[in-house]
Amino acid sequence: MRKYASFDEPARARNLVLQGVRAVDPERNLDQVLDLHIRDGMLSIGPREIPADADVLDLRGHVVTPGWFDLHVHLREPGGEVAETILSGCQAAMNGGFTGVACMPNTEPPLDDAGRVRWVMEKAASLPVDVQVVAAATRARAGKQLVEMSELVDLGVRAFSDDGKPITDTAVLRHALEYANMLGARIFEHADDPDLSVGGAMNEGEWSTRLGLPGMPPLGETLDVLRCILTARYTEAAVHICHVSTKESVEWIRWAKQQGIRVTAEVCPHHLLLTDERCREFDTDFKMNPPLRGEEDRQACLQGLADGTLDTYCTDHAPHAWEAKAQEFDVAPFGVVGLETALGLAFTHLVGHHLDLNAMIARVVYAPRRILSQPLPAIATGEPANLTIIDPEGSWTVRPEEFRSKSRNTPFKGWELTGRARGIVNRGFAVIKEA
Amino acid sequence: MDYKVKAVLVDSAGFARTITRLAHEIIERNRGTERLAFVGMQTRGVYLAQRLARKVEEIEGTGLPVGVLDTTMYRDDFRTALKQPQVRVTEIPFDLYNMNVVLVDDVLYTGRSVRAALDALMDLGRPKRIQLAVLVDRGHRELPIKPDFVGRNVPTSINEEVRVRMTEIDSEDAVLLVEVQQP
Amino acid sequence: MSLLSHKHLLGLVDYSESDITTILDTAERMKEILERPVPKVPTLRGVTVVNLFMEPSTRTRVSFELAEKRLSADTLNFAVSGSSLSKGETLLDTALNLEAMKIDVVVMRHKSPGSPHFLARHLDSIIINAGDGCHEHPTQALLDMMTLRQKFGTLKGLRICLVGDISHSRVALSNIIGLRIMGAQVMVCGPATLIPREIERLGVSVTHRLDEAIQRCDALNVLRIQMERQDAGLFPSLREYHQYFGLTRRRLEKAPAPLTILHPGPMNRGVEITSDVADSEHSVILQQVTNGVAVRMAVLYLLAGATTPPTEMKV
Repeated sequence: MRKYASFDEPARARNLVLQGVRAVDPERNLDQVLDLHIRDGMLSIGPREIPADADVLDLRGHVVTPGWFDLHVHLREPGGEVAETILSGCQAAMNGGFTGVACMPNTEPPLDDAGRVRWVMEKAASLPVDVQVVAAATRARAGKQLVEMSELVDLGVRAFSDDGKPITDTAVLRHALEYANMLGARIFEHADDPDLSVGGAMNEGEWSTRLGLPGMPPLGETLDVLRCILTARYTEAAVHICHVSTKESVEWIRWAKQQGIRVTAEVCPHHLLLTDERCREFDTDFKMNPPLRGEEDRQACLQGLADGTLDTYCTDHAPHAWEAKAQEFDVAPFGVVGLETALGLAFTHLVGHHLDLNAMIARVVYAPRRILSQPLPAIATGEPANLTIIDPEGSWTVRPEEFRSKSRNTPFKGWELTGRARGIVNRGFAVIKEA
Repeated sequence: MDYKVKAVLVDSAGFARTITRLAHEIIERNRGTERLAFVGMQTRGVYLAQRLARKVEEIEGTGLPVGVLDTTMYRDDFRTALKQPQVRVTEIPFDLYNMNVVLVDDVLYTGRSVRAALDALMDLGRPKRIQLAVLVDRGHRELPIKPDFVGRNVPTSINEEVRVRMTEIDSEDAVLLVEVQQP
Repeated sequence: MSLLSHKHLLGLVDYSESDITTILDTAERMKEILERPVPKVPTLRGVTVVNLFMEPSTRTRVSFELAEKRLSADTLNFAVSGSSLSKGETLLDTALNLEAMKIDVVVMRHKSPGSPHFLARHLDSIIINAGDGCHEHPTQALLDMMTLRQKFGTLKGLRICLVGDISHSRVALSNIIGLRIMGAQVMVCGPATLIPREIERLGVSVTHRLDEAIQRCDALNVLRIQMERQDAGLFPSLREYHQYFGLTRRRLEKAPAPLTILHPGPMNRGVEITSDVADSEHSVILQQVTNGVAVRMAVLYLLAGATTPPTEMKV
């Protein structure tokens, strides 16, 4: 139906039926083909009579899960509107099948006080996508003084991060963990050792040697992961490791969980599907931080996602204007977009290969929301409709020029995928693309 | 490119006779061998120049210097040809100054290679005089170049070619008229 | 299409043994031209070459310029200071401006690895890499190989050792790649802090002892050590570097047979190499320079070839 296909003016989910879908909600032991009725944004599950005045969407063959949540996204507003805005980033999220995102604070100015955080929240308030703000951990992300966390927690913030860089001063890290933990919030750490990685443009290894590019040793990430784990243990606080990329990081996180240490972790599609050899043409669409690593690291990340060591699958969606990326490889900024390809990549290369659908749902629906202490969506009568609609057989080619995001920097350009996001329903809206 | 032999214009015996006759003509026209030198154009022009020099030595008793000239760098079809031609050896082991040079090539056609050879020789030194000796003149000149010594005149049409075979690199001595089949 | 199956020379990494042999053979022919009374041929008349040198360099630029002029090409020099690059123009805009001017060949030196590849994506021109950061310097490796081939007759099975700051040397990387393609055995020797990670995967052996290298190779290619590396803490002092990695006559005397010595220049006399070695009868450093012009002529000739559809070749 055309009216539900609008991204710019999302239609209200007043009275519609998603007919013939396979509804999958593992936490409710639900995996059944049925009709989903949505009235004023509230769900009820068939079999029921379909009201005559309802919009009926024939979605037979489609899979519906509770809404997917991307725990690591850069919306670039304020300050980076050339690359993305809150609006365009949310449209990209919807296009990719996400009903919620956590946005990072490395904007200009950074989101380190209540005024700025509130500004972002208000801008996102009317959108179908639930935007959770991750505030900066330290003022100006300078790594020295803690932000006013309790005021921010009162606003709804549940995570703090200096993402883009680590909190290098361990005393500051320790205090941040303790203080956030007191408020029931978490520190998200971009794990790295800046002295080891300084000047680096890609993973240090055979390929940085072949390409003459300065390298970022995997040791840098691993050292900081271990530092965070041990500091979290000492303070009995919870810590979350962003975008894990190395084999040793996965091993230490697995060990930490076995010890009962409160660590969670995320992994991105590019670290699961690509290696540093891809940099051989000096294409900056393969430059991100942490960088693509070697094959052993990639396999370890896949294993980590499969066995749950890596709790969540998210994108680190990092838009950049075309001209910013059209520079020499060592000069170009780090980052690739990911919101609009993550689901397709998951269905083509992960689900059914490394983990089953239920496990995938756990990684993208429940884990990220638990980490942010958010209410969990459910497919059940009486629940608010928060749904991701998937065409599991839909084949498509990744064409960056068709992205809803303002940016085009993807390493997956041209990939042929099977499985695409057909639409979302959330916060009283329904955005469902035409077939 | 494949070719089909239409006629054998000169056979092995005829080849030797032509070389002998050319050698005599060169000696006669130049009134002896004083300051005479041969410069052969890569590739078969070089072998011809060497044979002519040997024949002149047989006749007159004096050895003559022989130089080897590659004209690839002077061609006028650089950047419009299908493939970059290989650059071959150029070696003129004597001073060209004031010499009477006999430039030798196997087949004369449009005259463009000889034009290139003349430019190359001028950059290499200042000969007193340059004469042109060719085994075959097949006509269709595009530049005002005229040979001084000709082995055989062979009128040809556009889709015909003259191929010279020499035992130094081919299996026989012969001059063949061939039809060129475009690939 | 040229005799080489490539449009550009961005690096030796995709070149074959036959490509490199063709270049070296053609360079020998070019060397003869350089020895003529009029050392000039009209072959690249009408071809416009821009020398885009975004890193200071006199010798390589002059070598290229000489090669271009010997082939009668029209040459233009865009150097760092005084050009738009120093006014903060991006590489992309520089590329687009060159494209609008319809330049045939761009010879480029830049501090960022991959910048000639970047240019090749945005320009129709033929791109020749004259050094991209710490990545490749293909014409240097080609002239080194030409020099070695002249001395030894062949590169197959030849044992070469590169000595010095391997991790920051584009000369080293291109030599490693080129020599391996041609069947030579390559060793690298330098302080552990200046040997890049996993370099063995490129098919070279590694030693940190120069005396050991001297026992096991036929030729040494001595690389320049830069002051900036000491400042970055990669080795303690030039004095110590010279002590342990400097090539001296006394060290060389211990070799089982006389070694051929190469150096890409410019030399730090008294640091990585002493004058009595650099000026000795086994040093081919000056031949390298002569060969450099010939090799660059060969590369220009072979790449700047036919670009329009073939017409009948008339002789």
